[in-house]
Amino acid sequence: MPLLYSLAGIALFCIALRAVILATAPLRAILAVNVMSSGVFLVLVALARRTPGLMPDPVPHAMVITGIVVAVSATAMAIVLTQRLRAAAGTNTTEDAPRADP
Amino acid sequence: MSWQAALPLLVLGSSLLPGLVIFALPERSRTLRTTLNLGGAVVKLALVVWMIWQSGQGVNYELRAALLPGLDLVLRGSELGLFFVGLSALLWLVTTIYAVGYLEDSPNRSRFFGFFSLCVTATAGAALAGNLITFLAFYEMLTLATYPLVVHRGTAAARHAGRVYLAYTIGGGGLVTLGTLWLYSITGTLEFQPGGVVAAFVDSEARALSAIFVVLAAGIGVKAALVPLHSWLPTAMVAPAPVSALLHAVAVVKVGAFGLMRLVFSIYGVDVATGLGLAQGLAVVAAITIIYGSLRALSQRNLKRLLAYSTVSQLAFIALGISIGGAVAATGGIVHLVHQGLMKITLFFAAGNLAETLGVHEIRDMRGVGRRMPWSMAAFTLCAFGMIGTPPMAGFVSKWYLGVGAVDSDASWVVWLLAASSILNAAYFLPIIRAIWFEAAPEQWPKERTFGRAETSLMLLLPTLFTAAVALAVGLFASTPYSPLEWARLIAARQYAP
Amino acid sequence: MNPVETGATWAIWLIVSPLAAALIAFLLPRVAAGIALVNAVFMTTAALALLDQVTEAPRCFALGGWGAPLGIDLYADTLSGVLLVVTSVVFLATLLYSRSYLARTAIGPLFWPISLFLHAALNALFLSADAFNLYVTLELLSLSAVALVALADETRAVAAALRYLLASIVASLAYLLGVALLYHATGVLDLAALAERVTWTPTTWAALGLMTAGLALKGALFPVHFWLPGAHSYAPSPVSALLSALVVKAPFYVLLRLWYAPFVGAPEVVANLLGLLGAVAIVWGSVQALRQERLKLLIAYSTVAQIGYLFLLFPLAQTRSALQGVTVFILGHALAKAAMFLAAGNIYQYLGHDRIRDLRRVARELPVTLAAFAVGGVCIMGLPPSGNFIGKWLLIEAAFEQGDWGWAVIIVAGGLLSAAYVFRVLGHAFTLGKKRAEGTGAPATMAWTAFGLALLALMLGLAAAPLIDIIGSPVAVAVAIAAVPAQ
Repeated sequence: MPLLYSLAGIALFCIALRAVILATAPLRAILAVNVMSSGVFLVLVALARRTPGLMPDPVPHAMVITGIVVAVSATAMAIVLTQRLRAAAGTNTTEDAPRADP
Repeated sequence: MSWQAALPLLVLGSSLLPGLVIFALPERSRTLRTTLNLGGAVVKLALVVWMIWQSGQGVNYELRAALLPGLDLVLRGSELGLFFVGLSALLWLVTTIYAVGYLEDSPNRSRFFGFFSLCVTATAGAALAGNLITFLAFYEMLTLATYPLVVHRGTAAARHAGRVYLAYTIGGGGLVTLGTLWLYSITGTLEFQPGGVVAAFVDSEARALSAIFVVLAAGIGVKAALVPLHSWLPTAMVAPAPVSALLHAVAVVKVGAFGLMRLVFSIYGVDVATGLGLAQGLAVVAAITIIYGSLRALSQRNLKRLLAYSTVSQLAFIALGISIGGAVAATGGIVHLVHQGLMKITLFFAAGNLAETLGVHEIRDMRGVGRRMPWSMAAFTLCAFGMIGTPPMAGFVSKWYLGVGAVDSDASWVVWLLAASSILNAAYFLPIIRAIWFEAAPEQWPKERTFGRAETSLMLLLPTLFTAAVALAVGLFASTPYSPLEWARLIAARQYAP
Repeated sequence: MNPVETGATWAIWLIVSPLAAALIAFLLPRVAAGIALVNAVFMTTAALALLDQVTEAPRCFALGGWGAPLGIDLYADTLSGVLLVVTSVVFLATLLYSRSYLARTAIGPLFWPISLFLHAALNALFLSADAFNLYVTLELLSLSAVALVALADETRAVAAALRYLLASIVASLAYLLGVALLYHATGVLDLAALAERVTWTPTTWAALGLMTAGLALKGALFPVHFWLPGAHSYAPSPVSALLSALVVKAPFYVLLRLWYAPFVGAPEVVANLLGLLGAVAIVWGSVQALRQERLKLLIAYSTVAQIGYLFLLFPLAQTRSALQGVTVFILGHALAKAAMFLAAGNIYQYLGHDRIRDLRRVARELPVTLAAFAVGGVCIMGLPPSGNFIGKWLLIEAAFEQGDWGWAVIIVAGGLLSAAYVFRVLGHAFTLGKKRAEGTGAPATMAWTAFGLALLALMLGLAAAPLIDIIGSPVAVAVAIAAVPAQ
């Protein structure tokens, strides 16, 4: 069972990674990144099982909690930046924004 | 540390400190700037003379600073080093006087003289370097200090010349760095010693050592303007005449030639260099450069460019002297460092006088100028004959020793080379001399300025006459005990002694 | 918080002080600048004191009395000590610069608290030896950095900040996944403990790959460097200085630690791949720098190229010279790059733009600024006696020691390429042009802080010998982590 969950987590990670790379709008990228982090957390939680029947290992759970905090802060910042971008450029896509590098 | 022991450092400081102060001076502080310049030059000359005198009495000067574990920065008062630093200290003083006069009304004088001083500091540092890493450090510093001088005027041509200059010199520096590291990885030391430091490794690493020699020679050869690495020199002639004088006679190319001397004498040693066939290779490159430089000079219309190609050719004599073997030829090569410097600087001063006073840059405009500027042109003529190799000028002495040394070392082809070079030199100098003295002057010079009753500003004239006189004197009095020739003979003997 | 021994105080101050200062600066914006500067001075003294302590032996401090593997240890050896010192020096100079800068360019009072957070994050990162703690500090670092970039109130900066943030999060998640796998395989997170327990199983392989990829993305190694030029050039100039000099080095530092402690014995092919990407970065970054029209973009691409040198450590990691070389190189580059960005900031404020072609007469009107840029450029080129020269020399020595010439040639070629773009700028700055009607030169503080940093970078080579001696051999770095008991 833990194996199934971990593989699911890794699959989420990979799918969402592809989505981030190919995202056309910032919001899609932010959502994809959140799915990626969910995938990682899933892996962590799944691997927290040491032996069936006993208490799971708390250290990965601690990592997940920290990770969630980080993800929320980063998402918040990303959304603020997206809003500013939209307000300035009038559009939501990273593509339409002036290119940051030549 | 007593001030005596710190003498090498003081020699560097005597141009570095005034330079740094000059950078901060506003444009209009003419007197202060001139005082610092001349003061620094005089102090430097005095210190160098003292150092030479003391070394003659047997005092050894050496300063070390740790750079990396096992590798130091070393300043040492060796004979070869003192020989070179003496020349550059004397010529710097003369060039400073000239430059002050030349750049009377130019903009950005503080910046110019600041970099000027850094340039001389770097030259002195390269001369007094006691190992290859110190030499490399000052070699690179020289590139950086001379670039702003080349682009000083800020015109498109100047910037183009600067880019070409950089491409060559930074590339050369990269090669020297690579060669240095490679050498270090084999020998574990980079010190300069008579007889070289690689002798112990010849048997095991002959191929690597040969490759290293080529890399180092190429890197240093850029500054020494060996063909085909010479193109930057004629292009850099867009710089003001004092800069040209500096580049050609005092600093850059001399450091290149000096570097080649260090390579053959102090790193590889003449035995190893000849044994591996490296010296012979260098001799061939030098020979090609001598002929090529003179051939290109023949077709030049601009005076300074002609002089540039002449320098390319003449400098290779030094490389030739140190590579054909034998103490006599080496003497000729070593002393030519001084002789060529004196003659060439006079020629550039004269060219600068023509440009400043009459607006003459092209050779065709020099007709009849002998009547208008007799003293400058007399100096020019004298040193032109020296270039050709006429006695009793200094140029003759060097060529004589090269020729005799070549015969001694079974390299008789060199004698034909010397003859051919003299003929070529005559071919491009004699028509100019004839035009100067025997043709009618034009109605009006391109851009004339008058300087009272003298033919040109005294600050421009006196240095010209001084260096010409010294060039004559070192030729006439070559066999007296304290002449550069005797000194060169001593240095050469050291390299070839068992 | 109970420090376990009195010597622990410096390490703790290095983290707590900037955090506290950040809070005060946020709550009381009027004293923000002063607090930040006081903190910067204090940090410099603390870092020097710590360096002095760890020169004898590395130190390990258990926070809250809970040692590893349950609690988190702070770990300091000479490598971290040296990096902490350069961090505080660059911060001090940049914050001094920023006071004048902010008087002319409005980026808001949040600059001070966020930069203090950045400082705290950097210090914490350099003092961590726990895989997960490193993740946390990396995140703090990225978030602060992104926030600073976005302070420049123009669209390009915000777009660049967003791109930076997204790249950063993706990288951190890859790293975190790697940590998860590593924990699953070994059951510990502390680097010392990991070093003892790591064995090469598919899980560890995957962890190595993920963590390396994540850190390479954060550290802007070619080809995942795409976010750097925008972020570093569109940010306000003091921020650019901090980013290029310090922030982008942190992921490399983490990778270095990982490579020496748990992942020692990683397969050569990965090491060579990293080295190869570094070599390509050197060439690519330099060529791109040559093509830039704008000064700050040129400097940013120069950073991409210089990061390539750092990654040359990995194929040469067995030699002592390579580690010493890379450390000195980081120091030299941090100082020189910060100087160049601060100088560029001066130029931008004075001219109103930073187009390279239109840099006329800068030599005449901003002499100290241009001197700072030139000296910084000379260091980047790797000319003696700069610290970068020493770093490159040691790397080339390491290459020759291992018989790998190719790296030596790349390093020298990189120097030549950097000469090309540095002198491109200098050539334009020396040109003639009409004197601007306005323009009163740059404020003295801004010019001289830049020049001071550049001069430090140049003179670093002369002080390098004692520095190199205290940076131990690679084996010592790994062993020290493993062997130091919690004191």
